[in-house]
Amino acid sequence: MAHQIIATSRSRTGIPTGRLAVWWVIGSEILIFGGLIASYLLNRFNHGPSWSIEAANTNTFIGACNTFWLLTSSLFVVYAHAASERRDAAKTRMWIWLTIMLGGFFMGFKAYEYTTEIHHGFTLFTSNFWSFYYTATGLHGFHVLCGMVIMAIIAEGDIKKGQNWHRVENIGLYWHFVDIVWIFLFPLMYIAK
Amino acid sequence: MAEVAHAEVGHGDAHDDHHEQSFWSKYVFSTDHKIIGFQYMFTGMAMALIGGYFAYVFRMQLAFPGNSIPFWGTLSPAAYNSLVTNHGTIMIFWVAMPVLIAAMGNFLIPLMIGCDDMVFPRVNRLSYQIFLLSAIVLIISFFVPGGGFGGAWTAYPPLSAKAEYNSTPFGAPLWLIAVTLEIVAFLLGGINFITTTMNARAKGMKMYDIPMIVWMIVIASILFMCSVGPLIAGAVMLLFDQTLGTAFFDAAAGGDPVLWQHLFWFFGHPEVYVVLLPAFGIVGEITCTFARKKLFSYKLILYSTIGLGILSFFVWAHHQFISGVDPRATYLFTTTTLLISIPVAIIMFAYIATLYGGSIRFTTAMLFGLAFTGEFLLGGVTGIWLGSSGVDIYLHDTYFVLAHFHYTFVPIAIIATFAAVYYWFPKMFGRKMNETLGKFHFWGTIIPFNGIFIPLFILGAGGQHRRIYNYQHFPDLAGADMQDMRVFATISLIVMLAFQLVFIANFIISLKKGEKAGKNPWKANTLEWITESPPPHGNFGETMPTVYRGPYEYSVEGREQDYWPQNEKPESEPS
Repeated sequence: MAHQIIATSRSRTGIPTGRLAVWWVIGSEILIFGGLIASYLLNRFNHGPSWSIEAANTNTFIGACNTFWLLTSSLFVVYAHAASERRDAAKTRMWIWLTIMLGGFFMGFKAYEYTTEIHHGFTLFTSNFWSFYYTATGLHGFHVLCGMVIMAIIAEGDIKKGQNWHRVENIGLYWHFVDIVWIFLFPLMYIAK
Repeated sequence: MAEVAHAEVGHGDAHDDHHEQSFWSKYVFSTDHKIIGFQYMFTGMAMALIGGYFAYVFRMQLAFPGNSIPFWGTLSPAAYNSLVTNHGTIMIFWVAMPVLIAAMGNFLIPLMIGCDDMVFPRVNRLSYQIFLLSAIVLIISFFVPGGGFGGAWTAYPPLSAKAEYNSTPFGAPLWLIAVTLEIVAFLLGGINFITTTMNARAKGMKMYDIPMIVWMIVIASILFMCSVGPLIAGAVMLLFDQTLGTAFFDAAAGGDPVLWQHLFWFFGHPEVYVVLLPAFGIVGEITCTFARKKLFSYKLILYSTIGLGILSFFVWAHHQFISGVDPRATYLFTTTTLLISIPVAIIMFAYIATLYGGSIRFTTAMLFGLAFTGEFLLGGVTGIWLGSSGVDIYLHDTYFVLAHFHYTFVPIAIIATFAAVYYWFPKMFGRKMNETLGKFHFWGTIIPFNGIFIPLFILGAGGQHRRIYNYQHFPDLAGADMQDMRVFATISLIVMLAFQLVFIANFIISLKKGEKAGKNPWKANTLEWITESPPPHGNFGETMPTVYRGPYEYSVEGREQDYWPQNEKPESEPS
């Protein structure tokens, strides 16, 4: 049953198939977030003043902290990749787990932020700004969570056994993408008042 | 290094895995691309029966309003809305997409580029499983309280967003979830098609040696991937509006219903080309094989297709000329819409030029291929009228529009699919289909098809609006001459549906008793014809093929045979 499939071992472009697929996944994700952000922007331009008043209620400090956690985690995932290139399992796992930890910080701050906002009466239904806010940051947070789970699986399932080293690079690409989405969301939702 | 050594040797160890597999692991949970292709094809065909049945029911209502319909009963207005909505949805998302892209792509891409499977076989299986789930969710949505969603396949809010307007509190969200799942399935499949073609081609197969249909499916997958993202975002927003009570598309609460139209048509128009391109590919292969001629201007067709793909992202607002978009924008979108007819026309002319001077063989597959070219031309030409905003304001939402897109979609989803089935059936199942029954089926499909939609063109130009339950309520549209045309269209539809029984019978009989096809019954060049029919697990046996030339070297001068398989070694090269 589990014989080798020739197709998976070919690489006519010179790019490993897994990485190529991750690039295409990222391409399609860009369009999903792009559609959401473009819709937000169109609305924002149309309802300028009233949305600015709503946007003034987001917590820029927590948003900035979360930007810091994610950007630092991107650095760590690069270290993880560098360690995986050297086939250094201990270091790779350490850097992956540090990345996951920072992702955890991000999610924790996000949870605190959502809770306070909801307590202050800013829910998904308060206004369209808040609908966009929760939908966009929620979808992004879901991507962060998925990335953390996949990284844990790679660290404990693959790197511990010393196999599938290329997956560190692939998840790193995805993680950078998730960061870049946040780089767009942060100014749009938190800074622009 | 081990990988490279293994790569071109093939299944030296193939005998190890020839143990008997159970029915479930062989046909249901298989990761073999051919089996997954069949799964997509048969699911798509089953859904086509449902979509065709729906069309029969609402056409009967329009021809004989208020009468009891055989095999249905009396049709209520709500059920009528649900039927037209789901007819459109099924035919596009659950018939055209799975059969043209997923079934053909899965079955043909690995065979035509000379490898043994997709690069992600398990992702491929997951893709089908999600697709099947989406079909099940859609079918469930017909039976929930309130019935299936009835807000048209375009799902414009506020009708689609509020249960008090559409009165389908469960049908509408289920419909949306089904469509979203289907989209996810095709994103997974599309990534597989693109990466497989990029990375897993046979040794020697350069860019311009790739058969046109593979190019077309890959470009279609890229178009799909690039256009569907905003719709996914829109679907999430609409689902929240439906179920949670947000107001993304609710003008009363500060939302914008036209935003949905933009998100939908930004996907919806490229989607037309997503299903058109594989159909072009199929017809291109068939035209070359049965005209025994080289494809006219391979590179021009390829570049036109890429140009068409890019242009298709800039035409979407031609669906919204009367939705309150800025009149200045209509100039822009009229221009781009008229421009996009140029690459399409180039491809059509290239196919006609391929026929010129060829020794044409009128097999059933070729007849369907030629019919596609002719009938699609009518659909395309009427599209130019509708693309001009001045004409469109008059014709918008009439049966003229409906007849126009059926003149494009039926050639794509029905005629080109039949062409493909008649052409690749021998490769799929090892036997040829019966040609006499096939030709019978061909004429019984093409003549009634025109019988359905030519009257609808006339009715539409006469002012007959779409999505009306009973025209007898409108004095201007209730005249006997208009009603006669409706009856004629309905009877044509019944005849066309009846002739599909010939196809089903032919399919089943040929499966058991058809003439044995052998490896290459049509004497074609592409790689799928060099292996056994049906291809074994692993496709090419011991050694994988090497490619030496393009796919369309027919009737080359100085050769004894009029075809030249892609893998045949040139004589000059030492063996």
